[in-house]
Amino acid sequence: MKTLLEIEGVSKSFGSVIANENISLTVKEGEILALLGENGAGKSTLVKAVFGLVKPDTGTIKINGTVMESGDTAAAIASGVGMVHQHFQLVPVMSVTENLILGDEPKRFGVVNIKQAKKEALALSEKYGLEVDPDAIIEDLPVGMAQRVEILKALRRDVKLLILDEPTAVLTPQETDELLEVLRNLAKRGVGILFITHKLREVMAVADRIAVLRGGKLMGTTTPKESSESKLAQMMVGREVVLRVEKSQAKPKEVLLSIKNLRVSDDRKLESVKDLSLEVHAGEILGIAGVEGNGQRELVEAICSMRSRLSGEVIVKGQEIPNLNPRAAHLAGVSHIPEDREKHGLVTSYSIADNLVLNRFDQAPFAKGWIRNLEEVANNGESLVEKFDIRAPDAYLSAGSLSGGNKQKVVVARELSQQLDVVVAAQPTRGVDVGSIEFIHNQLIAARDAGAAVLLVSAELDEILSLADRIAVISNGKIVAIFNSKEADRNTIGRLMAGLAS
Amino acid sequence: MDAKQGKKLDFSPILVPLLSILVALAFGGILIFIQGIDPLLAYRVLFTTAFGSFDGIAITLAKATPLILSGLAVAICLRAGLFNIGAQGQLISGALASAWAGYTFVGLPALVHIPLALIFGAFFGALVALVAAVLKAYRGVHEVITTIMLNSIVIALSDYLTSNPFKEPDQPLTRTPKIQDSAQMPDLLGLPLGFFLAIGLSITLWWIMRNTTTGFSIETIGRNKNAGWYAGISVKKTIMLSMLIGGAVAGVAGAVETLSIIGRFEPAFNAGLGFDGITVALLGRANPLGVIPAAILIGGMRASGSTVQFEAGVAPELVDLLLAMILFFVTAPLLARFFKNRKENVAMTSGWSN
Repeated sequence: MKTLLEIEGVSKSFGSVIANENISLTVKEGEILALLGENGAGKSTLVKAVFGLVKPDTGTIKINGTVMESGDTAAAIASGVGMVHQHFQLVPVMSVTENLILGDEPKRFGVVNIKQAKKEALALSEKYGLEVDPDAIIEDLPVGMAQRVEILKALRRDVKLLILDEPTAVLTPQETDELLEVLRNLAKRGVGILFITHKLREVMAVADRIAVLRGGKLMGTTTPKESSESKLAQMMVGREVVLRVEKSQAKPKEVLLSIKNLRVSDDRKLESVKDLSLEVHAGEILGIAGVEGNGQRELVEAICSMRSRLSGEVIVKGQEIPNLNPRAAHLAGVSHIPEDREKHGLVTSYSIADNLVLNRFDQAPFAKGWIRNLEEVANNGESLVEKFDIRAPDAYLSAGSLSGGNKQKVVVARELSQQLDVVVAAQPTRGVDVGSIEFIHNQLIAARDAGAAVLLVSAELDEILSLADRIAVISNGKIVAIFNSKEADRNTIGRLMAGLAS
Repeated sequence: MDAKQGKKLDFSPILVPLLSILVALAFGGILIFIQGIDPLLAYRVLFTTAFGSFDGIAITLAKATPLILSGLAVAICLRAGLFNIGAQGQLISGALASAWAGYTFVGLPALVHIPLALIFGAFFGALVALVAAVLKAYRGVHEVITTIMLNSIVIALSDYLTSNPFKEPDQPLTRTPKIQDSAQMPDLLGLPLGFFLAIGLSITLWWIMRNTTTGFSIETIGRNKNAGWYAGISVKKTIMLSMLIGGAVAGVAGAVETLSIIGRFEPAFNAGLGFDGITVALLGRANPLGVIPAAILIGGMRASGSTVQFEAGVAPELVDLLLAMILFFVTAPLLARFFKNRKENVAMTSGWSN
């Protein structure tokens, strides 16, 4: 088969940071190459170089045998490279069709021919077996569908090499499975695929070959057959990684968090938590398993008092938490690792140190009355950066310049370094690399062992199964079953998650 | 502001404004050249008039005084993520209120009368901002819309008041009576007292933003409202507070102008000071200290505009044109992006959810 992409000896450094060091790789027609590596391993830099967004210091990139001029995105597109970015490049208020034709619109008399465009959109979606509604508005679509539009947009330009930058980071497990199927079909049609991820399971499921990057260097290439998840994890991290969480038996004590008949509505004013009651004990991790969008987000935000409750009570240590007062919830002892760290968890333009005191900047010792104690803020920053293994030269770096895993560690460090009564962790390891996942898991277990009541919400069933002591399954805003984790069985939970009676 | 920005010096906050000034001057030069005049001559006159002599500098600083304050009024709101287009209205309200306090109260010592008149100015400036603040915080009405409309309301209202109840008796002109001598702000070291007041306020606000919990709240809400809410900062209170501070400072700007320069309230005498404040704030990168050099520069250009016309024959609109271009370039994202910290990964897009 023909070689589509040849990367030869590419190096790229940003100041003193080496992002890529002498990397050579190839992708053939109809082949899926998974590019695996932790956050900050240099995956994104490498594919950006292929797409012409980054200019390598040395080395050449050949597409279809032609050496690409670096920094020339237009040439890369012209020679058949398409890229699906992690953050979609779609216009949310426009329809699927409009987004697909954007930048290359079929015209009639100088005006966009929307009929023709719709025809093209339908033909495209049929050709690749990717079903979409051409009239749907992007912002109304679920993330998986929007991503499909993004892929179609790339395919419309007759793509030979498709690059996907962490495409599954935003998807539910079901959407992920669908995406992997799509990728297989595309490969069958001869499209070469370069697939960036740090999720081992996906790599094992879909890749023809796997290239592992670590610290900007290519650690080697392998195939799913020759490798295993634990071997890959070791290659990525450089040491043995315990994929299975090790923890002692839970010793649950008194109830710390109690939720009574809670009803909450979502952003569209539809009731999404329906008369839900739940108790979490000191010294246990209660995992909430469920397909995303079944009320988990609203539940978490209501507990943390960020979202208005229609009715019901949230009681922490016997004290009722007032409605819509995040500060009161925090003072009552609720730590919250939010689902969306960029939106809620961090002020990315602030330093790490400031982010580490974001919800207690006005309390001792970080402030004395009205005056902030910047020295204490700095000391706290430095000590937490070290204690929580946040990979940054110092605590004054802006949080936005950290990798995803380290950003999450900043949030975790802030939330778990305070007095621990109730910990609400929503998707605590989403978009986080393997090494950081292990670290964050251990921190949650440490919080449990220190006597906190931990409520864990995760879309990854594996995470729930390995961390939780008790598992509550949520479906359509209700807790449909609660298991002791020892009795829990993947299939039963899966059926309950899908809304089927067990 | 952040807890220590680290030891590395970052020049981009200075580079962008400086570059926009230079680019604006270059384009202005071309336009002057088209008029058949030597641009270098025009600029030389402009700068020697504004900064070439002690008298020139004194005039420049007097012109800069209300601009520092109105720039501060816009800058503080920008810090909280609010675009206060209403500095003009707040300033007029403050100017009129301080004039009223200045001519109404008789027999007060200057030490009481001047602060009193200034407080009147601050209060009525804040009062105008309060309307926009409440609408924004509690009803989500965009502050750009409300402050623009409030500008018109305040201008109309001040016209009415100065031509009716507050009108100077037995005079054909639409203006208030002259303020009492005791309300007249004196000069200090050959400079208007208001200038020192403005500098003092800048430093105070800079310190508050940097060192207090209030400053941190404002800054946090300005940078990420959602994270502020998550962290337990009251978004409503912070919006109210920063708008009120902005309004009060703009009111003081008007009061200072009334009590030290104009001596009464006369419609149209304050025209544009609040709008120049927007340019000043953006040029000063919304930094309470940054507005000082920005205001001095613009004050200098305002001070020497007529001399340039007289000595070099350049149309008097030149200064407005230059200011408009500076504003344009300083807000042009292209320049800003060019000098963006390059270590940061340049995100090609952002999500759509925020």
